[in-house]
Amino acid sequence: MCAMSSSRNLSEAYGQAEYVRKAYRNSFSDQIVADIYGNAEQITKHVLSSKGRHRIGFDQIIDNLVTSKWFGYPLMILLLVGVFWITIEGANIPSGLLASVLFAFQDQLTLGFQWLGAPDWVHGVLVLGVYRTLAWVVSVMLPPMAIFFPLFTLLEDSGYLPRIAFNLDHIFKKAKACGKQSLTMCMGFGCNAAGVTSCRIIDSPRERLIAILTNNFVPCNGRFPTLIAITSIFIGGAIASYSGIINALVISGMILLGIAVTLTVSWLLSITILKGEPSSLVLELPSYRRPKIGAVIYRSVIDRTLFVLRRAIIIAAPAGAVIWILANIYIGELSILSTVAHTLNPLGKLIGLDGFILMAFILGLPANEIVMPILIMSYLSTGSLQDFASLEELRNVLVSNGWTWLTAVNVMLFSLLHWPCATTLLTTYKETGSKKWTFLSFLIPTLIGFSACFILTQVVRMLGLA
Amino acid sequence: MKNAERINSLSDLSLGSACQIVSLELSGLLRRRILDLGIVPGTLIRSIRRGPSGDPTAYLVRGTLIALRSEDASQILVRKLSNGEECV
Repeated sequence: MCAMSSSRNLSEAYGQAEYVRKAYRNSFSDQIVADIYGNAEQITKHVLSSKGRHRIGFDQIIDNLVTSKWFGYPLMILLLVGVFWITIEGANIPSGLLASVLFAFQDQLTLGFQWLGAPDWVHGVLVLGVYRTLAWVVSVMLPPMAIFFPLFTLLEDSGYLPRIAFNLDHIFKKAKACGKQSLTMCMGFGCNAAGVTSCRIIDSPRERLIAILTNNFVPCNGRFPTLIAITSIFIGGAIASYSGIINALVISGMILLGIAVTLTVSWLLSITILKGEPSSLVLELPSYRRPKIGAVIYRSVIDRTLFVLRRAIIIAAPAGAVIWILANIYIGELSILSTVAHTLNPLGKLIGLDGFILMAFILGLPANEIVMPILIMSYLSTGSLQDFASLEELRNVLVSNGWTWLTAVNVMLFSLLHWPCATTLLTTYKETGSKKWTFLSFLIPTLIGFSACFILTQVVRMLGLA
Repeated sequence: MKNAERINSLSDLSLGSACQIVSLELSGLLRRRILDLGIVPGTLIRSIRRGPSGDPTAYLVRGTLIALRSEDASQILVRKLSNGEECV
């Protein structure tokens, strides 16, 4: 009896408390926050003397330019092209240098193995498999990364990135997504897994999912080298005198295409399985700062370049061994590698690729960095060419395996639009906690990649252009 | 309130002019975010610039630039400052 009445009293008291809370909800909590801020303001006035006016004036001048109606967008595109131009031009010479040093060392390794009297297959797995793949990954990936990451970190540090989100927000709003998605896309340039993690900055769960599912349409650092190598060989190389700037324009074009696909897919998701209206945007535009050179170098080299390179190497080394073994174990007339490639060939041809390319993309699932090495090793193991230290030799390898400009464009398209790497898929699973969304993040880009290459190939063939 | 006729929404504030927050008609997460940033009743706020296509708008509040979409800003009620009041 006593227990009952006290529980009734409690629930009555609770009901009244709820009533009071509802009646005063906003004004009461507002009052608390306002008081806290009032106190903080008083304290600030006492202890801080500010000369912030100048900073605001300086910010104003830069903001007037970078967010202006006429210059805002062109400046962003100019910056994109500029960053890639510097990356491509700057990476060219060290890449070649690294390749010639590393491949010269391969010959020494071979001599060493012969001197030790090691069996052929040991030399094959370790030198032709592991070492050659590593040499390729390091020489092709390291220079562009070592240039791109510091440039990107510089932009990040200066405070420019939030202005990109500010400029692009209304476009994302039209796609019923969040303007901060442009920031997560920027992170995706470095690494899509990092991009997916950075989607936490988006408050609305619906918009966060959209950003996660579409992050893969931004080519990450594992895919740049592929894109750069192929444009350099097939597109920039064709117009020799301006090759650097042409390559930068082509890569920027691919990225703009990726952005267009991102927006379209975001919008399609918003009107189908992730229905909803755009929610809010609260975006802080921090003051511009002079980047601290030491911090920029440390963060970009240690945290980013070496981190990504290490991951690539960890995956590339065993992959190199596996590929060499697959290429050298024969079932009947053909190696396992060639058998798989021949099986995939009809599908590959349908979308303007070939069996080997498709297989390289599939085997590249652990990391996009190893797609090109796998492809070249597969070609080399079937052909007569034995070395690929320069782009010219690489071109010969590819052309002798039937590549045309259409193949090159399709490989670039497919590289931009295909399934995310295993790390990104794993991160997506961690972030969404759902197998369904992880599977969709695999399915959507894959379907788009296949359709885009299929349509382009069929149209070009119908017109008789290639 | 004697200045009732001068109450508008933040989104109607013309560029470069300042005003004082009267109340927030927002709810949920956005309301908390806005409060966290120090946009509370009584705060002075100045509209600084618009994005290249006219939206969002960046506001200067407590020395920080914060961009809001017009839909969100329209739910923040403000009072125009009369001459002589302290500016942001």
